[in-house]
Amino acid sequence: MHISEEQLVLYRYGEAKDAAAIGEHLAACAACRAAYQSLERVLAAVDQMPAPDPGENYAAAVWQRLQPRLQQCRPARRDEGAVRSLTLAALFPWRRLALAAAMAALIVAAFLVGRFWPRPQTVARQPLPEQVRERILLVALGEHLERSQMILIELANANPGPQLDVSSERRWAADLVGDNRLYRQAAARAGDPAITAVLDDLERVLLEIAHSPSTLSEGELERIQRRIESGDILFKLRVVESKVRRQEEKPNGL
Amino acid sequence: MSRPEIGRQEEFRLLVEQHTRALFGLAWRMTGNQQDAEEIVQETFLRAYRSFDRFDGRAQPGTWLHRIAVNCALDLLRARRHDAGRVELEAAGSDASGAVPTSDTAPGPDRLLLSAEIQRRLTAALGRLSFTERAAFVLRHHQGCPIEEISRELGMSENAAKNCVFRAVQKLREALQPLV
Repeated sequence: MHISEEQLVLYRYGEAKDAAAIGEHLAACAACRAAYQSLERVLAAVDQMPAPDPGENYAAAVWQRLQPRLQQCRPARRDEGAVRSLTLAALFPWRRLALAAAMAALIVAAFLVGRFWPRPQTVARQPLPEQVRERILLVALGEHLERSQMILIELANANPGPQLDVSSERRWAADLVGDNRLYRQAAARAGDPAITAVLDDLERVLLEIAHSPSTLSEGELERIQRRIESGDILFKLRVVESKVRRQEEKPNGL
Repeated sequence: MSRPEIGRQEEFRLLVEQHTRALFGLAWRMTGNQQDAEEIVQETFLRAYRSFDRFDGRAQPGTWLHRIAVNCALDLLRARRHDAGRVELEAAGSDASGAVPTSDTAPGPDRLLLSAEIQRRLTAALGRLSFTERAAFVLRHHQGCPIEEISRELGMSENAAKNCVFRAVQKLREALQPLV
């Protein structure tokens, strides 16, 4: 009985459960040993594949492109205490966030009212034209997606530790859940299943963050990180955001 | 720019100088595309800078940056998967089962010729791997990530991650079968 190719691969990577037995078999069986040596040669050839040389000054060129952008993404401040904190406030000052949230809610309400509620025949003021309302909605939705991504990126890249204070993130997530629900409902009513589905996924993740303890253990953080990573949610958000941004740039909006 | 900000950027610049090339190598292995690799390097440093102040030195800076780069690469590969169904390699396009070029078209010592052919076949074979096969293989082979971690990174079961690594190795092996 010979060792399967799959077992040899796992053995090579130290992942085989019965490594000792496989080792003994390889010592005794010439055919399996030859197969294993062939595998080693293939993987050695992979190791010898050189990556292209990006050039002697590559690091300097990266820094040159990077530096002007660093000002726009200033790092969150480090807490000096025992409990580390993810301070999104450094990235989103509360004034801007509060203003954006209030504006978003207002705009969604205006959008929904304008779109779905019957309008009176005589009005004191001229309502915003449809295109303008939808353009404003796109801007607000883009902001919402950007803010949501920032929270998820922060958590996805947080270093696991014994205690991580995420009370700010919980609050932001709780705030975003309400807005997200409105956007999702608006997208569903507007007949856009793709955006509706992404917002639905986002809402679940935001709810999980909003309902998490304010201080996360290593395991709890990893669970949230897995949730973020496994659902492709960041990728989906980026796709929708870029779609929304492209629509914003079009002269006729949606 | 405030003085602490200048100091922070200077500290970060050293990280960029030290790790850019290694990150580029990793990103290239993940994507097989130089332009994508450069994009990943840039995005990695931007994400790293956002959390730079919270990097507490418990992990090696290289490990920390590699972890971020892997996430960036996975995001990009997912985007490619959605866009095109599979990762395209710049140099891919040749068939691994094709004939070995003769010395008429590639003059030089036999050894160099063989080495070039092995690389050509490997490049083509890597280009034909699916997104998950390529990602799982690079994480296992080049990054030394255990299967359990790969399964988490890729959002799949451990058995599925094992299968991805195995299928990737099998395809590379088949591509090189007559040569090694």
